This record gives sequence, C-alpha cells and structure tokens, in this order.
Amino acid sequence: MNAQIAAAFRLLPVYLGWHVVLSAAALVLGLVLSAPLAVVSARNSRVRWPVLAVAGLIQTIPSLALLALFYPLLLALSAVAKGAIGHGFPALGFLPSLLALTLYSMLPMLRNGVTGLTGVDPAVVEAAKGVGMTDRQRLWRVEAPLAAPVAMAGVRTAAVWVIGTATLATSVGQTSLGDYIFSGLQTENWVLVLFGCAASAGLAFVVDQLLGLIETGLAKRDRRRVAIGLGALLAGVLLAAAPIVAAATKPAGYVIGAKNFSEQYILADLMADRLARTGVRVTEKNDLGSVIAFRALAGNEIDAYVDYSGTLWTTVLGRKDTPPRAVLLAEMTRDLKAKYGVTVLGALGFENAYALVMRREAAQRLHIASIADLAQHAPDLTLGSDLEFLSRIEWRGIEAAYGLRFRAQRQFQPTFMYKAAEAGQADVISAFSSDGRIAADDLVVLTDPKGAIPPYDAVILLAPRRAGDDRLRQALQPLIGKIPVQAMRTANLTVDRDQDKRSPADAARALAAAIGQN
Amino acid sequence: MIALEGLAKSFDGGATFAVDHVSLAVARGEFRVIVGASGSGKTTLLKTLNRLIEPDGGAITLDGRPVTEGPAHLLRRRIGYVFQGVGLFPHLTVGENIGVTPKLLGWDPAVIKARVEELLDLVSLPRAFADRTPEALSGGQRQRIGLARALAARPEVVLLDEPFGALDAVTRDSLGHEYRRIHESLGLTTVMITHDMMEALLLADRIAVMKDGRLLADGAPHDILTHAGDPYVRELVETPRRQAEKVAALTAGSA
Repeated sequence: MNAQIAAAFRLLPVYLGWHVVLSAAALVLGLVLSAPLAVVSARNSRVRWPVLAVAGLIQTIPSLALLALFYPLLLALSAVAKGAIGHGFPALGFLPSLLALTLYSMLPMLRNGVTGLTGVDPAVVEAAKGVGMTDRQRLWRVEAPLAAPVAMAGVRTAAVWVIGTATLATSVGQTSLGDYIFSGLQTENWVLVLFGCAASAGLAFVVDQLLGLIETGLAKRDRRRVAIGLGALLAGVLLAAAPIVAAATKPAGYVIGAKNFSEQYILADLMADRLARTGVRVTEKNDLGSVIAFRALAGNEIDAYVDYSGTLWTTVLGRKDTPPRAVLLAEMTRDLKAKYGVTVLGALGFENAYALVMRREAAQRLHIASIADLAQHAPDLTLGSDLEFLSRIEWRGIEAAYGLRFRAQRQFQPTFMYKAAEAGQADVISAFSSDGRIAADDLVVLTDPKGAIPPYDAVILLAPRRAGDDRLRQALQPLIGKIPVQAMRTANLTVDRDQDKRSPADAARALAAAIGQN
Repeated sequence: MIALEGLAKSFDGGATFAVDHVSLAVARGEFRVIVGASGSGKTTLLKTLNRLIEPDGGAITLDGRPVTEGPAHLLRRRIGYVFQGVGLFPHLTVGENIGVTPKLLGWDPAVIKARVEELLDLVSLPRAFADRTPEALSGGQRQRIGLARALAARPEVVLLDEPFGALDAVTRDSLGHEYRRIHESLGLTTVMITHDMMEALLLADRIAVMKDGRLLADGAPHDILTHAGDPYVRELVETPRRQAEKVAALTAGSA
C-alpha cells in the first residue's frame, strides 16, 4: 500500500503539472473569448440569446464525447493545414483537450458576465454617458468594475468544472491527473483511482478558494485580496509548469503508446524501459482508444506501440475475410507499409484474441463447449462485453457465423466485465485470451469451430518516421517472438488481481526477467 | 445660447411624436424651466440637448454651432447634467465622482483635487466627504454631489432633469434656491425640467410649458401666471395661485 502511494507521488509532478497547465490555459482562453462575447451580448439582446443558447448546448454534450469529437475535427484541420501551409499539427493530446475544456468553461463565464453587465444600475450607466465617457471608457471604468464580482463567480464555477473535466483529457492522450484514475480503473488499483480523485479535487478546492478571495476582493474593492489571490494563482501555475518545462527542454525523445488495458501498460513499460536504457529520453502516452492509437502512430505522434493483427486486419484495413494466420500477418505487414507507411517490426509470440468465455460451472451445467453450443442457449443468456466489442467488425462476424441472439447485452469497463461474470450479472463475456483472469476466475474459453474470430497476434508497430531508426529497432527486436502467452498471462494477472497487486512497471520488469531479456 | 429649431423625435417610426417639431430659444445666463406632466416630451427634449437622445428632425445649436458637430462624448463634457436618479458611481469615492469629467479631460491630479474641494464648498458639504464612498449618504447629499460632479469641468450650460424630484419638500426647496444662487454666481445657462409649476415659478427666468410633445406656452413667470391663453396652462397655474392666495390670506389673518 505504501509502495503504491509512493509510486503515485513520484508521478505527481508531471501529472499535476500538465493538469494545472491544461486547466489554466483553457480557463485563460475561455475568459479571453467569453469577455468580449459577454460585452456584446449584454449590449445587444439580439445577440444574447443565440450566444447563451449555443454555450448551453455545448454544455449538454457529454464531456468525454466533446473531447473525442475534437480528434477527427483536428485531424481534418491538420490535413487542410498541411495542404495549405506545408505542415499540420498534432490532433491528439494538448490541443483537443485545450479546445474542449475551453468550450466547456465558457457557459458560466458568459452567463455571469452578461448578468453582471446587465445588472449595472441604469442610472449609473446614464451618469457615465452624461459625464462624457466614450463607450469604451464606460465599459472599463464603470461597467466592468461593477460587473466584476458577479463575473468572477462565473470564473470560479468554470474553474471547478474545468479542473474536474480535465481528468478526461487522458483519454485523448493528454497527461493529466486522469492518468491515475484511468490506469487505476483498468488495473483495479483503487488506491490509484482515489489518489487521482483526491489530487484533482484538492486542486479544484485550492483554486476555488483563491478565486473566491479575488471575488470578495473585487466586491469589497480590496486590492490587497485581489493581488494575493492573483499572485498565488500565478505562482501556482509557474511552480506546476516547472517540471514540464524542464522535461521539454531536454532533447526530444521517443514516445511509446499504449491502449487502455493492463497488458498494454506492461508492454509499453517493457519497451520504454529497454529504449531508455540506450540513453534516450522516453515518454509514454497511455490510455489511447483502440483506433486512436493507430492513427497517432501513423501520424508520427507516437513512435511505437503494440497492436493485434486481427484488430489491424478488420478495423484498420477493413478486411472481412479470415485467412490463415501466416498469410494474414504477411498481407497485413505489406498493406500497412503501403497504405500508412507503418512498419510491423514483428509478432511478440503470443495472441490476445477476443474470446467468448463463461463460468466453468455454468458451461458444464448447460453443456456448452463451443460458440456453436452457445448459440442454442443464447436467447436465455446475457452477454457482457467491453466498451468496444459490440461495435467491432469481428463481433458482427461471430454473430452472423453462429446466429447468436442474446437475451440482453451489457457493456462494462473491462475490469467490471470480469466482476459481472463472477457475480453472474453476465453469463458470457467477451474476454481476452491473454488475460490471466480467465484461469484465475475459473472461466472457460468457448471454442470457435467455424473460425469466425481472426488471429490476434500481438505485433510491435513503428511510426513512419521511425522506419529506419536503428536504435529503436535494436532495442525492440529482441522482444520479437520471445513472449509466450503464459508469461503474458502471468504478468497481466499480477496487475489485475485483487490481492498483492503490482504496478505495470513492476510487472514489466518481472516479465523481462521471465523471458530472459532483462 | 441654445436654439432649438423644429425639433422632432418619434419612438415609433413617425406614428406619434414625443417631441413634435418644437422651436425654443434659451438666452445666455437664462434659467429656463420646462414644465410638463410625464409623457409630455420634456425629458426627451432635454436629452437631445446633450445627445443622450438623437432627434429625428430639426436642429439644435449651442453658441451658434450645431451640437452634432463632433463626437457626442466631447459635447457632454462641456455640458453639466444632473438627473433625478443621480447615478453616483458606487465604486468610486465622492472625490473621484466629482472629479470624473476633469479626469476625462486630462486635468492635472492636483488641479482636480483643488477643484473637488472648491465644489464641496460650493454645494455646502464638508471637504472630508471627498474620501468617502457614496453608499452611506442621504438623498440630499447625493444630489449635492451629483450637482458638484456636473459643475466640475466648469460647463457654461447645465441641464437639470427633475433634479430635486425625489427629495422631501424642505430639502427640495433649499436645494432649489441654492442652485439658483450658484446659477447666478457662476453665470450659468440652465435648462431644468419639472412637473411642478410652483417650483418653476419660484426658480425660472422663463418658463416653457409642454404637453403631448408640443410647446403650449413660453414666457416669463409673471406672463405665464397672468396671461396664459391656453386652458391647460391656466389649469397648471391655478393650483400654485390658489395656494399662494390661501397662504397670503392666512398670513394676513394672523397678523
């Protein structure tokens, strides 16, 4: 327990630093955009309604979706920019997070700004005109100071929202305090989840108090309070940004990507560790969505990550046939190079296939050993799946091949999917064949007599710009063909199990030792 | 000093006129009072003088030059403006409130400070008021500061929009006469509007009476009181006349 907290604290400077920089940037940008919009809206009632309605509409978009939607949008814009000015910009990470959070911050700022400005006593406005102020002087000398306390309350609300929502930036590849929460959720490390929540809530609380100090300072026209509040905020941002700036001034290094489950964290740590030992700087971008990870690699935003042949075959290359595994690997290697410039360095030696699994007791009771057997009982059973399985091409293939119709289908975070199988809330789940929990939870894998599930060999992919990078190739080549599925399952289980949990980094070291590559 | 020629203003696109083609002249040094009920168009007329309202037709000249010459805010810095709502800036001290127009005009801070003290003396308030905020002041004190603010940049013309309307009768009377004294000592040209004929009769050099956007009478208080041809104007002066006779009778009876 103490080791886990100590490990979490070691990551804090970078996670908190990014969280603060991201939130501060979004709030400042939101304020810069909202202030003139609020002034225009306050002075012109015909503008006011549409502006507030649009800001309100944005607020109703679930924050995770808003973040995710900026990815394709920025990708398209980046392509346009590439055509127009010769170079694009990264569509993952800071930029989509910043834009989504900025939009999110605007409603409370706009609403309170307009309320503050329209709430200024009409007699005072008339006096300001009467003494000979220009429109601009009236705004800056009279309306803005009088509206400031109300507007500041809006900034406070926005700050608390943004700091909380910034934890979701992790899902588009932006490091934040959400990294604790997401990886903790995936590895059932509740200490980590709590740590992330506490850090984010603590940050929000401190910022809210400081903004509150500024708010009362403005209301009581007490410049000292305003100065203390502003000074503390500024000092906090600079202090938090220091570790990031320090890291950024080091020479550019390699970025290893990972999707959002334990095996990916372990393999990313394994690769990053090997690469770091050659003396270069390595960072990791964890918790990327399945398709986002490949796009990020193809766009040179990450340099290497592990994906699975079946996923690449169906989702990226859009193939619906299922050739033998050697043919599939060869064709896939050729097509990824030709279409995306992505290099398949090689297969690691194990498979992480989608597998339909059941509790052993239930499978025996119903005499189900294969998916074909399952089809007869499916109408009485509930299918539990992870969040993407049901929308994947492979599932449609399996569903069609066996004519599967379940009584109900429920989606879970992978962690909770196994819990649901254990508790009987799902009879069949879409597990992963390299998952140590299959054996540990006494689940059985149903066979696939029709070969509807493609092979899922774990392969290392290299970004186009790293195709000829010898350092990277030499660091990762020794892993090719060296990881048997049993070793991977063991490593996964040490991270996923409830007792005696290990961090992915520990599991990666143990895995390296087990396969003789430490 | 001020001349209105065929001034017109409509708020409904010309269907009805709040100010219906009014012509009026105010001489230099004159204390002109415009009397009318609410809705008579008197406030609209007053606000066109410092361009808080832009007219639809007609012309206004100040010292022979059209008020539309140059930007409105520069015109307003030359014209003192006092209105019933006062509109003191709550986030500024009394001194800053009084010195606001000189500051806009770029006066030296030391000169502004001296001017503020001079004005506090003029409106009979202690100089220590300069550092207070306006929130704790009485209605009469607030309007004195409003008056000081209007006079700060040494305007030649002062516009008063029912300035004493919200005050009690005694304060109202004393402030009215104090203003009349200031008007004379500074040689101001004043246009004041009021719905109170008695107030007009007691303060004005000349009175104009407005109803439904039109000018019904224009003359010295004595003429208005004795030679009013218009029935509405006669009705307006009837009350003050009766009150005055009654008071005079009471005074004679008790003597």
